[in-house]
Amino acid sequence: MNQLPTVENSAKVNRGLSFKVDLQAYTLIIALVLIAIIFGFFTGGEFLSSRNISNLFTQMSVIAVLAIGMTLIIVAGHIDLSVGSLVGLTGGVAAILQVWYDWNTLMAVLAAVVIGAVFGLWQGWWVAYRAVPAFIVTLGGMLIFRGILIGLSKGQTVAPMNASFKEIGNSYFPYIPGYILAVISIVLLFVWTAHNRKKRQSMGLLLPTAKMDYGKISAYSFFILLITYMLNRYLGIPLPILIVVVLAGIFIFISNKTAFGRYVYAIGGNQEAAALSGINIKKNTLWVFITMGALAGVSGVLLTSRLNAATVSAGNMYELDAIAACVIGGTSLIGGKGKIVGALIGALIMASIDNGMSMMNIETFWQYIVKGLILIFAVWIDISSKK
Amino acid sequence: MDTFALEMKGITKQFPGVKALDNVTFSVRKGEIHALCGENGAGKSTLMKILSGVYPHGTYDGQILINGQEVRFKSIKESQDAGVAIIYQELALVEEMSVAENLFLSHEYMRAKIINWNKVYSEAQKWLDQIGLDIDPQTKVGDLTVGKQQLIEIAKALTKKTDILILDEPTAALTESDVEILMKLLNDLRAKGVTCIYISHKLGEVMALADSVTILRDGQTISTDPIRELSEDKIVTKMVGRELKELFPYEARPISNENILEVKNYSAIDESGKTIIDNVSFSLKKGEILGIAGLMGAGRSELFISLFGGLKGKKSGTVLIDDKATDIKRPVDAIKAGLAYVSEDRKRYGLVLGMDIAKNTTLTALNKVMKLKVIDQALEVKRATEINNRMKLKAPNLETKVGQLSGGNQQKVVLSKWILNDPKVLILDEPTRGIDVGAKYEIYKIINELVQQGVGIVMISSELPEVLGMSDRVLVMGGGTITGELSRKEATQEKIMTFATGGKKRESVANS
Ligand SMILES: Nc1ncnc2c1ncn2[C@@H]1O[C@H](COP(=O)(O)OP(=O)(O)OP(=O)(O)O)[C@@H](O)[C@H]1O
Ligand SMILES: [Mg+2]
Repeated sequence: MNQLPTVENSAKVNRGLSFKVDLQAYTLIIALVLIAIIFGFFTGGEFLSSRNISNLFTQMSVIAVLAIGMTLIIVAGHIDLSVGSLVGLTGGVAAILQVWYDWNTLMAVLAAVVIGAVFGLWQGWWVAYRAVPAFIVTLGGMLIFRGILIGLSKGQTVAPMNASFKEIGNSYFPYIPGYILAVISIVLLFVWTAHNRKKRQSMGLLLPTAKMDYGKISAYSFFILLITYMLNRYLGIPLPILIVVVLAGIFIFISNKTAFGRYVYAIGGNQEAAALSGINIKKNTLWVFITMGALAGVSGVLLTSRLNAATVSAGNMYELDAIAACVIGGTSLIGGKGKIVGALIGALIMASIDNGMSMMNIETFWQYIVKGLILIFAVWIDISSKK
Repeated sequence: MDTFALEMKGITKQFPGVKALDNVTFSVRKGEIHALCGENGAGKSTLMKILSGVYPHGTYDGQILINGQEVRFKSIKESQDAGVAIIYQELALVEEMSVAENLFLSHEYMRAKIINWNKVYSEAQKWLDQIGLDIDPQTKVGDLTVGKQQLIEIAKALTKKTDILILDEPTAALTESDVEILMKLLNDLRAKGVTCIYISHKLGEVMALADSVTILRDGQTISTDPIRELSEDKIVTKMVGRELKELFPYEARPISNENILEVKNYSAIDESGKTIIDNVSFSLKKGEILGIAGLMGAGRSELFISLFGGLKGKKSGTVLIDDKATDIKRPVDAIKAGLAYVSEDRKRYGLVLGMDIAKNTTLTALNKVMKLKVIDQALEVKRATEINNRMKLKAPNLETKVGQLSGGNQQKVVLSKWILNDPKVLILDEPTRGIDVGAKYEIYKIINELVQQGVGIVMISSELPEVLGMSDRVLVMGGGTITGELSRKEATQEKIMTFATGGKKRESVANS
């Protein structure tokens, strides 16, 4: 045992550790590949067709946006069961404002996001300042928001939306700009990795071997290009996916680089220690819920736009998909641990299973059963990989 | 030749990035009390976790023999069945359950699958009598002091068939009187033929209790000797690998008469309306070390947690920091005003165990490592490295989760975290609990450095030698109030104990 590391003595340590850290990421990626192969095989390749991949990604976007917020909620040591209803409600309000009251698209979208945030504030207040467990508050919210939606819409389906509103969920980023975007992100990935490696080296932190690091991002790059290519063979990159990527980028930054993000992890990890460290538990918890609400608003807009309508049952059970996505992605329900990227892959896995099984014409009841089993299985892998 | 109750041969345990044990040999004779000593992170707890099946067979190399028979424990249950009981550094009782329920948890007295409560309570009473504890078995464990809880843990181990009892720093949190009960209990057990492995950083206890001592350093066995061939100094030298001249590096120096902290007529009432702090007044000078002595339950921690804004309930009185009036409602106010509080319970109040060292270190001082509201990782790591090197932290690297550090190194991370914040007043609550002699010495030196810079230090400690050795002035507390004040010259163990137990009111506050 030495004192804190110099670069040399930490080098010995590398291999074992970085492998362990990445185990989760590997299992997720292996799972995705397996899913792709299995469904590809059983659908005669149809599952991997450009059109379907485009569909799959668009389908997953609604859950993915929720999963981003849900990661924060769960990391902070809470849970939000109301997001499905809140998606329905915010999407419904946007539709009502536009269809019945002629609001333009921008205003309707803003309204949905703001209303989401306000309801998030309401729930966060109960959790943070009135110490009612989040499970209860959001279980209540689940009923309340659905109730409000049914009341406001008088139980009707509200449709159709303006063309501009429809575009949010249904338009594509065309051919050339799509590739440019892909190339830019790949270049950024390499620059960022090189920069990061140099920084870590100068700080004497653990450094995965260059082969491993660059191998990894080469694989990512290949993946990005492949997906772009596939999507471009159909209609281009779907706008909802871009929205997801941008939101994910923002929230990954927030969770890693800002005090708020750091505090959320600390609160979830040990609330008492966090409080004595001068962290304002209540305020930060409140903001986590506000964020979740606003993201539910974004999801609501995406859903209404894609369906070109708002229904009273929109978003039903989405909270479970979002929670499952986080958990599959390695977020611990005890709090303090979890990654947004993991949740996104989790969302993709859940969406693939839905999509693949419907393509195979498997009856819906099987979809429920399989998704349930996968959830349990994923958590089991997570737990046993830590032993 | 005596027979060995336990032999561990060639034990090697590798954690990702750390070789915690390297070919360790450890043999314990039947019926002896065998002390296991070593610096923080030497591998004592790890060795015991291997013995008790926490790390199952296959996750380490080497061989374990109990009474000459090789054993391969795959779980804690298996080691328990073989008569090995371990009492951890951390308590493992169900606080919401009664003493009796805890004692017989997992082996309740059943009659036709239904718990026979009468029997449970009467048996519990017998065990309590036997270890000399005057407690109603129906008391909720959470209502007992830590010391009593520790004794309950031992009783719990004894209710099962136990041949080898392992105690991992059992006295770290005990009061003197509880320590006495414990020592007596262990002597009784020895007479009954129970073999006992005793881990402690308190060498006085080791000398008084043990029959032999094994020393670990950096994951290797240094020696095993019978106690008559050892002295405290010899043990220290073997542990640290060099001689340690003095235990308390106190530096006599003029102390300024500027108050850095002044508390007047301070009272605190908890949520249920009970007075926990009763009209306390004292002051702390710039660069002064103020020792706070008293028995457990005297209200020492409560006073300072309350001053720090960490207790719920009402409070009254004035608190001046640097001659400025303060209104501290929450810890964040206290931190802004220049207070820092290092808790006695580091796992619960000090650290986020699942976070890494760097992040724990900067948690209270994030603004110091941010540029434009964005955390600058390079700066964060730099600051964390500097401070942790100053504390002589031993860890594989800064991204190690603090939960994986040994107890003493965790304590150093807590200290780093608060010192990084440049406090004006540093409140240390049992700062060297569970810390080895070498590291203690380093912590005292850091205290010295801080007072040189004008920081005021409050040192709450149950270890009288430490209070006497390091303080410029000593306050004694009892029953939620200050019962005595002694200058460094006046202070002796006896005087402190009289104030602590007698509850004599302090004569004058005015001239302090
Ligand atoms: N779960 C773990 N993962 C990684 N490293 C660990 C783990 N547990 C212990 N270690 C490392 O193994 C070494 C030995 O730790 P151990 O807890 O046995 O020390 P110790 O002698 O009991 O110290 P202390 O006196 O501070 O309690 C330390 O360097 C510690 O960081
Ligand atoms: Mg230990």
